[in-house]
Amino acid sequence: MGSLHLKSIRKAFGGHEVLKGIDLEVKDGEFVIFVGPSGCGKSTLLRTIAGLEDATSGSVRIDGVEVGHVAPAKRGIAMVFQSYALYPHLTVKDNMGLGLKQAGAAKAEIDEKVAKAAGMLSLEPYLARRPAELSGGQRQRVAIGRAIVREPKLFLFDEPLSNLDAALRVNTRLEIARLHRSLKATMIYVTHDQVEAMTLADKIVVLNAGRIEQVGSPMELYNRPANLFVAGFIGSPQMNFIEGERLGDTSAKTVGIRPEHIGLSREGGDWKGKVVHVEHLGADTIVYLESDRVGPLTARLFGEHRYAADDIVHATPVIGAMHRFDADGRVVSSAQ
Amino acid sequence: MSKARTSLARTGAVHFALIAYTLIALFPVFLTIANSFKSRNAIFREPLAIPTPETFSLIGYQTVLKQGDFIGYFQNSVIVTVVSIALVLLFGAMAAFALSEYRFRGNTLMGLYLALGIMIPIRLGTVAILQGMVASNLVNTLTALILVYTAQGLPLAVFILSEFMRTVSDDLKNAGRIDGLSEYAIFFRLVLPLVRPAMATVAVFTMIPIWNDLWFPLILAPAEPTKTITLGSQIFIGQFVTNWNAVLSALSLAIFPVLVLYVIFSRQLIRGITAGAVK
Repeated sequence: MGSLHLKSIRKAFGGHEVLKGIDLEVKDGEFVIFVGPSGCGKSTLLRTIAGLEDATSGSVRIDGVEVGHVAPAKRGIAMVFQSYALYPHLTVKDNMGLGLKQAGAAKAEIDEKVAKAAGMLSLEPYLARRPAELSGGQRQRVAIGRAIVREPKLFLFDEPLSNLDAALRVNTRLEIARLHRSLKATMIYVTHDQVEAMTLADKIVVLNAGRIEQVGSPMELYNRPANLFVAGFIGSPQMNFIEGERLGDTSAKTVGIRPEHIGLSREGGDWKGKVVHVEHLGADTIVYLESDRVGPLTARLFGEHRYAADDIVHATPVIGAMHRFDADGRVVSSAQ
Repeated sequence: MSKARTSLARTGAVHFALIAYTLIALFPVFLTIANSFKSRNAIFREPLAIPTPETFSLIGYQTVLKQGDFIGYFQNSVIVTVVSIALVLLFGAMAAFALSEYRFRGNTLMGLYLALGIMIPIRLGTVAILQGMVASNLVNTLTALILVYTAQGLPLAVFILSEFMRTVSDDLKNAGRIDGLSEYAIFFRLVLPLVRPAMATVAVFTMIPIWNDLWFPLILAPAEPTKTITLGSQIFIGQFVTNWNAVLSALSLAIFPVLVLYVIFSRQLIRGITAGAVK
């Protein structure tokens, strides 16, 4: 069991307000990801849930219980940190068992739970080693194991993959997804990487400047962004934004179209332009062009295409894939 | 790999400089120890000569061990130094932890206040300290010396240790909090082991001035049972006649405890000095 309710959480450091009223509900067993640019307050929010920071005002309830004045260790949470934060002087086994030992669990129980968690993460050969003798990926698995052993109501992950190299990041991402399925636990995960957010989350919370911009499933955010910020943040390469005036569209200040919803042709199309740069990625070809009518555009084509810089091409948006935003950046009408 | 950087001339020059410095630094120590084993005449005739079978004499050591309670002085010095270091490290580290870990009003100001003692010599307050000690009946006790030396060592300890403690990862401390460690357990079990090299540095910097101090033992604890070794050795230095054999022997003996403590701390110290250079 592990649900979480946040009600108008505010947090200020000195005079600077980092969280400006966060309301959020997380249901039992959900995988929720906080995503946003650096400094948006996502880590502070996670620390507030953990009890490592006190909220200036507002309430945090875990499983319906108000935990504003409960110590981190008593909240029924476990946290995985970006820097692993393993105890350097303890072995892997002791690292994983410390929380239970502090809580006064029996030795046999600790051994059993540590062995089980080590089995899930294939850490058995390393139990007697110290963190310094492990690789980065192994250390992060130990940190995850330390969280599992506590059998928390809430798992909190603070950018757990940022210190890993690209290949390891994909593996560990799969591992976390697998863990979520097998443990059926509630997980809250902070990242600035929208790919991690899209691939792992049941629900993404997009934060910007201390406020929630939008909450929704990955596909909801992709297909129906609520505002310019979310539209620009989710999806890679970034959505193209075109001034409504240039398209003769008076109902929208800005019109957005994703790069994958633009088709290119040498013969003819809506917007004529010149290719500035081409990135050949094998599976995709990303073409940057400067069009006469709508300004700079990015197009993402599937497969290999033989475009080169200075080619003259015609871009055509997919009908109905346009997002239209008003002067305040809010969506007027979304695609489909 | 690169021949240019390890050329013979270059290494030679570096080694020459280092050896020269070592010789200069060790010369007074050598002179003290060598002369302490010579007869009085030999000391004055050839001060730089090493003891030969003709000039060898233990008269200095015999005088030292016979006159006065030398073992007692020794003990006093060791007690004062060790207890003071222990207190300085304990209180210094605790203050440093509070300053580096907790946000509270006046944190920076408090840090500056605690570091002020680095700039103001404690000896300026000698008269007030003496009055205080007289009033609290602590004159001629080792406690008086320990209190003064603890106060003297704290500013530098707080300053150095708080800088080091800032480098200990916040995530680690937070992980400890989530695992249910108390703030004391976090301090003693997570943070202290990680700043051990800095503690050794502070211990050495604190130890040497305390061991060598003549001022406060002379003023606060000049009585026979509380004399420290530096003060005890002074009985051999007279206004008109100085017993050089005894003085040199006493000084030679006084070197050893410092040497032992230094060896204990030095492994840590070297790690402390090179910390950051080789991560």
